[in-house]
Amino acid sequence: MDEEYNNNKIETKAADSSSGSYAPSADSIPASEIPEQELYHAKSFWTRWVFCQDAKVIGVQYALTATAVGLIGLVLSWGMRLQLGFPETFSFLGPATYYQSVTMHGMIMVVYLLTALFLGGFGNYLIPLMVGARDMVFPYLNMVSFWMFLVAVLVLISSFFVPGGPTGAGWTLYPPQAILPGTPGSEMGIVLMLVSLSLFVIGFTMGGLNYVITILQARTRGMTLMRMPLTIWGIFTATVLALLAFPALFVACIMMTLDNLLGTSFFMPEIFTMGEQLGTTGGSPILFQHLFWFFGHPEVYIVALPAFGIVSDLISVHARKNIFGYRMMVWAIVIIGALSFVVWAHHMYVSGMNPYFGFFFATTTLIIAVPTAIKVYNWVLTLWRGNIHLTIPMLFSLGFIVTFVNGGITGLFLGNVIIDIPLSDTYFVVAHFHMVMGIAPLMVIFGAIYHWFPLISGRHLNQTLGKIHFWISFVGAYAIYFPMHYLGFIGVPRRYYEMYDSPYMTTGVGLNQFITVAALIVGFTQILFLYNIIHSAFYGEKSEKNPWKANSLEWHTPEMPPAHGNFGKDLPVVYRWPYDFSVPGVEREYIPQHVSPSEVPTAKVEKT
Amino acid sequence: MSELDISKLPKGGKGFVHDFAADQTTFKGVPWGKAMMWIFLLSDTFIFSCFLISLMTARASTTAEWPYPSEVFGLTAFGVEVPLLLIAIMTFVLITSSGTMALAVKYGYERNRKMCAWLILATAIGGLTFVGMQAFEWSKLIFHDGIRPWGNPFGAAQFGSFFFMITGFHGTHVSIGVIFLFIFARKTFRGDFDVGRRGHFTSMKSDYKAIEILGLYWHFVDLVWVFIFAFFYLW
Repeated sequence: MDEEYNNNKIETKAADSSSGSYAPSADSIPASEIPEQELYHAKSFWTRWVFCQDAKVIGVQYALTATAVGLIGLVLSWGMRLQLGFPETFSFLGPATYYQSVTMHGMIMVVYLLTALFLGGFGNYLIPLMVGARDMVFPYLNMVSFWMFLVAVLVLISSFFVPGGPTGAGWTLYPPQAILPGTPGSEMGIVLMLVSLSLFVIGFTMGGLNYVITILQARTRGMTLMRMPLTIWGIFTATVLALLAFPALFVACIMMTLDNLLGTSFFMPEIFTMGEQLGTTGGSPILFQHLFWFFGHPEVYIVALPAFGIVSDLISVHARKNIFGYRMMVWAIVIIGALSFVVWAHHMYVSGMNPYFGFFFATTTLIIAVPTAIKVYNWVLTLWRGNIHLTIPMLFSLGFIVTFVNGGITGLFLGNVIIDIPLSDTYFVVAHFHMVMGIAPLMVIFGAIYHWFPLISGRHLNQTLGKIHFWISFVGAYAIYFPMHYLGFIGVPRRYYEMYDSPYMTTGVGLNQFITVAALIVGFTQILFLYNIIHSAFYGEKSEKNPWKANSLEWHTPEMPPAHGNFGKDLPVVYRWPYDFSVPGVEREYIPQHVSPSEVPTAKVEKT
Repeated sequence: MSELDISKLPKGGKGFVHDFAADQTTFKGVPWGKAMMWIFLLSDTFIFSCFLISLMTARASTTAEWPYPSEVFGLTAFGVEVPLLLIAIMTFVLITSSGTMALAVKYGYERNRKMCAWLILATAIGGLTFVGMQAFEWSKLIFHDGIRPWGNPFGAAQFGSFFFMITGFHGTHVSIGVIFLFIFARKTFRGDFDVGRRGHFTSMKSDYKAIEILGLYWHFVDLVWVFIFAFFYLW
């Protein structure tokens, strides 16, 4: 609290010296320093809906593309589960196809679904609305960003149809095996994968610059950084991480493409294959691992931080209580983001590195638990004595907290070198990362879709179907991944096509069958969800304005769904943070961000 | 809307706190495009850093000996072996073009259309000269000295791999810059920035600020070259 008051003083002083252009607590409106944004007004169907420059439409385009490619990833996982659960009954998946499924499933889900959906989808839709801007700052670049993403997806999909099929090197694409004969897709598949990733990085950079500059330089009057919804903080920090982490992936992709096409030896040591010596010499496969994980670890937080932000807003709105420790939440997001750049080698404990390196990276990894735990405590404290509405977004948020704690704690196991080494490359790792960066962010995505669907379409999703969707997905996720922890403990290695008569499979067989059945049920439930979205978009119950009684700006546009330009003639002026729920001394239950202090004179709020 | 007078804002540490606690913009008085270019260059810095750190790793870990740069990059002028002759000229040209670019930005803000346009053109020609000399260097290394991306007669195979990849990636940056410089020279001669003519693709108004943004990119490309020069030719 002291700190807040100090900041306030400085701000007041600054306001004095700048001849009253800043008025932190009074009713007066600060002067506008940003020129009114010129917008491109679409004239035809093509420029309105296809080559559209409106961030809201681009967001929906991103979301639909990501969902479509995500469904392919889902179907691939069914094939893998059938093979693992019932290897004799379903033998249509050969070893090569199995590895290709594993690889494509991983890459699609991490990069093309989660990253694109959180940043491209939610980012585009919510950033301009929540910070009070008319659009992204570079609408044309934003449009190109989406089309680059689409091309990247098409290149990825095209690898299913080339000779040799898509790459089967595992989503980590470790050389030398990724480009040597014997690995499925070592002909064209790996090249298309690398090209697709490079295109994705280029496209993302265009979008990412838009998100960052819109948040930093195009907020509405009164919208200070510490009045932004946590959703925006999460997306902002994740975008900064992406802009700094994707370069490493980009470089690794270029170098591996050259190794493959030109026969360079960046990552290729002297090597014999099929009794013949390849021409390569002296390269370092470990270098690729470093580059990949310098991207790969921040990537975890690129997915997790927007989820942290969104879930904070969902919990606050649906528990009718301000978020506990807003500033702590912001700093935790920023600190987690910064730390994520110095932990990458904990993915490489078994690569034979110096033990002191392991010591360093284990330490930094475990330090991340501190800001993360702060966040979890604050979510729980926000719920504590709140007026909890068990709406579907709230159910998914609760599901997120439980799942995230679960996956986070197994992360503490794996962050320690001595525990990681025996568990490395077992199903324990698979269970851990699916819990923490698969299921947990997905819970938030589902919650966010149920929450913002009325804003986007003007209609509610069907509540009954939503509840069925939640309970089956939530319980099902535990049915799938809890047994995998046990499989990992008894030593079942990941990425094996079949276990044959290995000793640990005596108990493993039944579990694998159980997991497969659960996975199929959960998978088909997602079709119910898709049906709900499509059906409700046309025939759903009409939503009134601001159905959840939220405070943030996106619900207070003149029209719902918001029109081109978002806010009508005048941009809103912001006087408070978005968490003024159940404020003492005020009759109204919630105070939207654009309500001035004089409209709620009795409010007993110290400072927001 | 009132233009923000940044000279009245607090300075130093207090100014930092003020700007980050303020509404609307965090970087006071900085246009969107300029802020974007800075962030993009930060991202691009990470790309070049990854390239150069990989180069260092390779140099430290290859089994074969690393070729001696003064020998490989030498040039015979008037019967005398001069080490690094071509590279010295290339570096001089590129850094000079940074100077003309800086002047172009200055004349742009002074609304001196003619001077600005000529200086942008000079910068573009400097950049083109650089790319041309790089093409000459590449062809000499490939056809005369037999250096290939996958191997070379001087030593470690990674020498050629990294050389062609890094200078190629940098050359691509320069080439993109040259294309934009020529477009900007034409736009300046035509007076687009004075009348605020709308862009062909973006349909947004042209402004002299854009020249400074292109200048940022150009200076960055030159700065990166200094590092490549140091790591490849001098080390």
